[in-house]
Amino acid sequence: MELVEANVNAVKMSKEQKKLIRKQIKACNILLKHDGIRTASHVTKNLVLANGGLGNGVSREQLCEAMKEMGELETIIMSPHKPYAFVTYSSEQSAQKAHGLLNGHVLHCGDNSVTLYLSFVDSVPCEAEEHVPLPEGLSLVEDFVSSEEEAVLLAAVDWSTFDDVTAQKALKHRRVKHYGYEFRYDTNNVDKDKPLSVGIPDECVPILESCLKDGHIGAMPDQLTVNQYQPGKGIPPHVDTHSAFEDTILSLSLGSKTVMEFRHPDGRVVAVLLPGRSLLVMKGESRYLWSHGITPRKFDMVPACDPQPPAAITPDLGNPGNLTLSKRGTRTSFTFRRIRRLPCQCAFPSVCDSQGAPSAPVPSPPSPPSLPRCHGDVARLEEEYVHRVYNAIAPHFSSTRHSPWPRVCHFLSSLAPGAVVADVGCGNGKYLGVNPEVVALGCDRSIALVHICTERGFQAFVSDALNVPMRTASCDACISIAVIHHFSTPERRLAAVRELMRLLKPGGRALIYVWALEQEYNKQRSKYLKDQSREPSGSHSTTKSRSEGSASPRRTVNSHGDAGVTDVGRPDTEVSGPVDQRPDEDQAHNGKLSVHTNRTAFNSQDLLVPWHLKDGKGKAGKGRKGEREAGNSVFHRYYHVFQQGEIEKVCGQVAGVKVQTSYHDQGNWCVILVKD
Amino acid sequence: MKLLTHNMLTSHVKGVTKGYPLLIKATEVKVNEVEFNSQFVSRMIPKLEWSALVQAAEGLGHLEDLPAELVADYENNEEFLKKVHKVLLEVEVVEGSLQCPESGREFPISRGVPNMLLNEDEV
Repeated sequence: MELVEANVNAVKMSKEQKKLIRKQIKACNILLKHDGIRTASHVTKNLVLANGGLGNGVSREQLCEAMKEMGELETIIMSPHKPYAFVTYSSEQSAQKAHGLLNGHVLHCGDNSVTLYLSFVDSVPCEAEEHVPLPEGLSLVEDFVSSEEEAVLLAAVDWSTFDDVTAQKALKHRRVKHYGYEFRYDTNNVDKDKPLSVGIPDECVPILESCLKDGHIGAMPDQLTVNQYQPGKGIPPHVDTHSAFEDTILSLSLGSKTVMEFRHPDGRVVAVLLPGRSLLVMKGESRYLWSHGITPRKFDMVPACDPQPPAAITPDLGNPGNLTLSKRGTRTSFTFRRIRRLPCQCAFPSVCDSQGAPSAPVPSPPSPPSLPRCHGDVARLEEEYVHRVYNAIAPHFSSTRHSPWPRVCHFLSSLAPGAVVADVGCGNGKYLGVNPEVVALGCDRSIALVHICTERGFQAFVSDALNVPMRTASCDACISIAVIHHFSTPERRLAAVRELMRLLKPGGRALIYVWALEQEYNKQRSKYLKDQSREPSGSHSTTKSRSEGSASPRRTVNSHGDAGVTDVGRPDTEVSGPVDQRPDEDQAHNGKLSVHTNRTAFNSQDLLVPWHLKDGKGKAGKGRKGEREAGNSVFHRYYHVFQQGEIEKVCGQVAGVKVQTSYHDQGNWCVILVKD
Repeated sequence: MKLLTHNMLTSHVKGVTKGYPLLIKATEVKVNEVEFNSQFVSRMIPKLEWSALVQAAEGLGHLEDLPAELVADYENNEEFLKKVHKVLLEVEVVEGSLQCPESGREFPISRGVPNMLLNEDEV
């Protein structure tokens, strides 16, 4: 890159050439910043192609077509969702030729076109095949029905009548019909006492009988839901309500193939290719614990081995480099289920609505939780409304957290070279690389977020902020950015500050940011509030929301409706009071936490903030309409927002610590502490 | 997990008084080349528990002839700093576990990430 910059000054260039170089430098910077890809200033056999990735809608075939003209190709590596690809030629000459001729080249891919920016890299990521096993209990039978049977089944659905009123209100991008019993999208359940007049069509019987014969099911299903997805449409991640249906769920895919994503609460994601005429059998863990959904998008990534017989296509997309794009057509799924008559007794009580959990996976709570009153409550509240949520939303959350806050960067930059810094609650690691002269170690409670840090090349481990497994007095500095507001009692918030101080050496400094009750300070509204006013423009950029609390990148304002509660309005919470001495007004409202409306002022200090999970990799706003249908893509995170002076008061209770500075920054209260 | 990180980590199981250093039980170790910066390495050395680093490196078979005692005047000893650099920053444990020397509790390392979370009865 330095070479390129030198050229800018040395040679007189046309406007276009200058623009190309500027764009190229920008592309290099983005690769380095977001994915830690360092481009080389010398010629190598390997090129990274910015804008040439699956994430840009470029398929492997299209890229290969353009690149092979320049010489013999060794490998093309395209990873899911990434806006770049790696190409390795057999010789440096070919790579150099490609670099010379294709840099700035516009590649036309169907409706869209992309401009490629090419740079040399020393090495390409290892294409080592990481086999991703299917979720426990999941199986896929390809070619389960013949094309003739497929046609008969499709003809059996009469789309001219719509009897299910609740569904039509909620579902905008897929058509749905129920047989046997109606699945109600308002309750996520079925009226077991009200069977429909039309049972499962006779055309399905031979198929179900072979499912019985093959042992996929032990009893005949009595409920069928037919979903018809228009090209590019999907379904939000969900777990079929435990109390509504028995264990095994059958899903027959007809028409276009698609990719279904299964998500484990610990953050694991397994993408499963569902070819047309295949049968998916969900049992046990895959049915009860993993959520499944289809991301709305026009193309799917599928293994690039189509010339081989279909049997060779592995259903899991475990080899990330060997993918291409497949355009979606109309897909119709037949989901056969059996109504459950007795409460569910599965082995996954944390997601089982029969066993007290809200309907799965981490949905909008039917009734919001209360503030904790005993130790067990604390654990449950934070597990359900902090830890699980972050694991579930990790990739989306991370994609909205690019920009480090300037004053945090300033703190990190002020540290002496060689300083050891702990980032306790490091999230996706956006502060770990800010100052390359220091040693930054991150930790977070979310396994999924820590894996994002290590994929970016940072050092991080999984731990709780109250028990950080680092040597006492081993750190020159600590940062705790937007973490302590997730602790649900004053004792735990104090303990979090104590733990930071334990890590510090004498003279060491800690920076703490917590979300502020006061989103308007010195007559300035925070960015969090201001973004609300940008709403009508429809061009909201998720990367610009600086406040940690900018929970919803899509600034939805209908969250009250999710839970149907009114705000409690608790103006004062004493900072150090014991948990069991809460103001009486809590009890008047059954102590329920209020659900915050995104991008409005806070009505109380303890609340649930909705996160609207956006799964697609497209622009904000895409796939928006489909999300509300089951409510399952709204996650609630618990927050305690701090009043002016409150964080200082907490810190004042820790011995041997001075508050050096405190300030308000974009809707956050911030302190810098020094250990004596 | 690099050995620099390992050097900072300690067992924090309730009741444990000497949870350091954690014993590394590695099933997969890789060595990644990292650009050498002599100044950075010599700034790191005073922050380390030297004997823990030597013990960890030896256990992984990457001792690089590091001496049991820290050498004097290491700031100007480039050859020595390069060895420390390799052990500290290039050797990474990808799979395995960390074991608390006192309680025997094991913390898994998966895809390079140590999971140090404790159960409720351990805090």
